[in-house]
Amino acid sequence: MSDRLLLATRKGLFTVERGRAGWTSNLIGFAGIPVTNALRDNDRGAIYAALKHGHFGPKLHRSDDRGRTWHEIAAPAFPADAAGAPSLFQIWTIEGGGRGRPDRIWIGAIPAGLFRSDDRGESWQLVSSLWNVPERARWFGGGYDAAGIHSISPDPRDADRVFVAISCGGVWETRDSGASWSVLGKGLFAPYVPPEQAEDSAIQDPHRVVRCPADPDVMWMQHHAGIYRSTDAGAHWTRLSPPTDDFGFAVAAHPRDAQTAWFVPAIKDEIRMPRDGALGVTRTSDGGKTWDIMREGLPQRGAYDLIYRHGFDVDERGERLAMGSTTGALWIGDNGGESWQLVNAHLPPIYGVCFV
Amino acid sequence: MAEVHFTTHLRTLVPGAPFNVAGATVGEALESLFGNEPHVRGYVLDDRGVLRKHVCIFADGERLAHEAALSRRIGPNTKLYVMQALSGG
Repeated sequence: MSDRLLLATRKGLFTVERGRAGWTSNLIGFAGIPVTNALRDNDRGAIYAALKHGHFGPKLHRSDDRGRTWHEIAAPAFPADAAGAPSLFQIWTIEGGGRGRPDRIWIGAIPAGLFRSDDRGESWQLVSSLWNVPERARWFGGGYDAAGIHSISPDPRDADRVFVAISCGGVWETRDSGASWSVLGKGLFAPYVPPEQAEDSAIQDPHRVVRCPADPDVMWMQHHAGIYRSTDAGAHWTRLSPPTDDFGFAVAAHPRDAQTAWFVPAIKDEIRMPRDGALGVTRTSDGGKTWDIMREGLPQRGAYDLIYRHGFDVDERGERLAMGSTTGALWIGDNGGESWQLVNAHLPPIYGVCFV
Repeated sequence: MAEVHFTTHLRTLVPGAPFNVAGATVGEALESLFGNEPHVRGYVLDDRGVLRKHVCIFADGERLAHEAALSRRIGPNTKLYVMQALSGG
């Protein structure tokens, strides 16, 4: 099981580690600066940290020594001739290039630009083929003024085949490293648009989409309105019916078992907090037919924690989970989330959690 | 030569400030500065070359209107202050 985490927070980058005295959290960089996400690149061992200075814009830093020292590298930017030529508002997600692409890094941004680097972030290219799809005219912001890309997943079998998910712009797939794109998502339903548009794949709001690394055609989605699963790499989706709220942002897929995933429910969109102030994690182990609601070690009174879309992760064995909340609490869940432990209730608002 | 000072928020970025730079406008003075300190550009201007929304510039004590700040003409002894606008957090 993994004993180390990175936390991207409103006030800096933290590590969380398990030692003899238990779990401890430590600020390792960028004190006071919003870190919108972080990536540990498993191929090269580097850590990338995306910053959003309140005054000075989005920036990107890389550490090649486990976070001891950092240097600023190029931040992606929309080229002047990109349609609309927007300014980068936020780096929302950073992902590695996948198998056989050790120097490739993907970034999903707000506005919804997908950027690719093939030199470990020293230079960036807007993936203009996605920026120029005609459907982009129908995308719109979800939680921010502009639409954004928050989920990027290279296929473990073929790194040129990548899906991205956009709030609000649906799920898109390339099979040629970004040269061309198709929108996926039959079966998704958006109740926040007029009924005749509700099944339009290009206006869906997938809050977060992840896949099972061992069975990559199996994907799980926490949608703005419901929880979905696909077994054909995102082409078709089936809505699942947990016996709890099915609103939320986060989802974690078991790395080995395509039948198992975890979600963190909250009352739906106009409320966005745990029902009755009681925080729980739901798990299905049979592809969504039945569900466990796990609460041991989690606050069951007076909790108003919301888990953002990148604030939830599972380790590579599928045994240990971690979740960080908008109110700055971090929990570790062992035994597949059956038993939770509070690490720190007083962190800054947590944007991203990842095992390293 | 205009004298360009920076907010203490950027002290680690510009330990050598203030800088004396040439230019007939605020924009020209900043371009001169970016020529020697290229890493500063992205903190003052956004990726379109526009003054960042939450950065404000004072010239000889006057807070410049945001849209017109870069084109403001300056004299040889102007003191410029590049500050964070409190609107940004």
